[in-house]
Amino acid sequence: MSAVLADMPETVAPATSKAIAPSKGGRPWTFYVLATLFGLYVIALYGPMFCIYILSFQDIRGGLVFPMKGHSLHWFVDLFTQVRTGDVKGSFDRSIKLAVIVTVITVVVSFLAGLGFRKRFRGDTFVFYMMIGSLVAPGLVLGLGTGLLFQALGLNASWYSSALGAQLSWTLPFGVLVMFAVMSRFDHVWEEAAYDLGASRWQSIRLVMIPVLAPGLVAVALFGFTLSYDEFARSLQTAGSLNTLPLEIWSMTLNVTSPSLYALGTVTTIVSFIVIGASLGSIVLIQKKRGSQAKG
Amino acid sequence: MKNDRGDIELAGVCKSFDGATYVVDGVNLRIADGAYCCFIGPSGCGKTTILRMIAGHEDPTAGEIVIGGQNVVGLAPVQRRTAMMFQSYALFPHLTVRENIAFALRVRGMSKTDRLRAADAMIEKVRLTQFADRLPAQLSGGQQQRVALARAAITEPRVLLLDEPLSALDEQLRVQMRQELRRMQQELGITFIHVTHTQLEAIALADLVVVMEQGKIKQAGAARDVYAHPHDRYVAEFMGGQNVLSGRVEKVNGASFTLAQVAPDGIEVPLQARPTVSVGDKVDIAVRRDDVALVRPGRDLPPGYTTSLPSRVLAIEYQGYFVKVMLDTVPDDEFVAYVPEKTFFADPFTVGDVVMATWATGSALPLA
Repeated sequence: MSAVLADMPETVAPATSKAIAPSKGGRPWTFYVLATLFGLYVIALYGPMFCIYILSFQDIRGGLVFPMKGHSLHWFVDLFTQVRTGDVKGSFDRSIKLAVIVTVITVVVSFLAGLGFRKRFRGDTFVFYMMIGSLVAPGLVLGLGTGLLFQALGLNASWYSSALGAQLSWTLPFGVLVMFAVMSRFDHVWEEAAYDLGASRWQSIRLVMIPVLAPGLVAVALFGFTLSYDEFARSLQTAGSLNTLPLEIWSMTLNVTSPSLYALGTVTTIVSFIVIGASLGSIVLIQKKRGSQAKG
Repeated sequence: MKNDRGDIELAGVCKSFDGATYVVDGVNLRIADGAYCCFIGPSGCGKTTILRMIAGHEDPTAGEIVIGGQNVVGLAPVQRRTAMMFQSYALFPHLTVRENIAFALRVRGMSKTDRLRAADAMIEKVRLTQFADRLPAQLSGGQQQRVALARAAITEPRVLLLDEPLSALDEQLRVQMRQELRRMQQELGITFIHVTHTQLEAIALADLVVVMEQGKIKQAGAARDVYAHPHDRYVAEFMGGQNVLSGRVEKVNGASFTLAQVAPDGIEVPLQARPTVSVGDKVDIAVRRDDVALVRPGRDLPPGYTTSLPSRVLAIEYQGYFVKVMLDTVPDDEFVAYVPEKTFFADPFTVGDVVMATWATGSALPLA
């Protein structure tokens, strides 16, 4: 035992140059490894999308695969004028309307759930799991079930009834989870201060809670909108006779063999970016407004 | 009927959150109109709960809270005409200083120009005019506190409740803001109730100091009363500045008694407020740390000093105008002498020296 201990100092390895330390202000080698890894991740994430966007700008000779044949907006025009590509404009309309309705309901219900869960109550854990449980159900099965239920009740499936319900089963649990994260940053003492200064319940929600939580509410809205606008699995069996946009794209992949399909992909992406841009813009605006007031 | 009297009476106030343990346990107290009252005690003693009950943020489980002659239990803060300043100030982060202060007027439906004019007048009172358009996050701790004070004061309350208002500030600012609180209280002429766990803060500010322990009031009185004449060991130790000794009564001699102690002749203690003692009773006494003089063994005691306890110096801390000398005078309790700086350095002791700790007979105080 003591012999082993006596040997110890000699077995200790000297510090090597492999130790992670910047040399002369340069970056350590690990930086380049991690940067390469991140680069590959970004390519895997955006590469496929960019293939679609690039191919959508071909001219009339264009096909479904590389190489690129000419540049034009031909397929975008084709998309909105040709009947054979399907009802793109109508489905786009429906998808936007549906997404707006879903967003409004998601924001209102999530906010109310957030208010309800500020304090613990009997059975709160059970209620919470009941609310988010439907996230576990496979979307396709849930959509199928919704369709069947409507049939059994003798109701017609349509995008604004059954599909709306099926989509809410997806957006509400998400909205509630995001809302809880947002609410955790709201200090209960602000409400108490408002009450102390004579504000009614409604005044304290309107003048304190909503303004303070506004950026978070925009985030919930953005979630609701994009989840609905993209939603496929739950809408498939519930949209009835008129398609939403993702369903329309899906049916196009089955029967359209032109870059119109890609043009549609580009258009929907642009719409998504506009929505995201508007949301982030409004958050920045809210914060800027506070900042400029502050500068006065 | 509107009255501006801010006198408060707590009658048998109890509070239990779980129905089994009482956080506040039968508190009776009278606070005069326009008084500065400090509740002091360790955390969990119920002082903040009492404040919140007076404010109307908690309802008492039992008892009455009377403000200006009216039982206010069940009324909202605005109806009570109380206002609270929260520990972390609870300023609304999305509103400017001016809007924060005008908030109470806004929810009452006052027009924008009127309420901003009123807010500006209040802002001037707390000297924040140049910060009126800033957000709370852009202010220092002291400025935030003034905003919180102004926001509470604009409701023209008859009682202002302050929950550890100085605890978020650093030492220097705390002393400065302490004076400002007192100035505001005198300017507004209303009752202030201030919760703190800092003894110095309480005795510096309060007309009425209320010492609490485990939901009960241990002693309530003027600052000097509580500091110089503590009722019992708890108050003496909590308020500080006292050495507490205990021992058995050896003999009773008229207006004084002798406590058996390490001192050869025991300790002579005047009865003072304590009604009686009998031989064999276990009694606690307090001696102020600044009343203790240290004399080298063999030297004469100052005139009037009868008790002298041999001690060894354990540690010495220089405190500026006095020197804190820690001694092993009594086996289980801390014993400290505050020696004036000039006296100490005329003949300085070092750690390990043997000294006689002595005090004038009249300065020993028997405790309940």
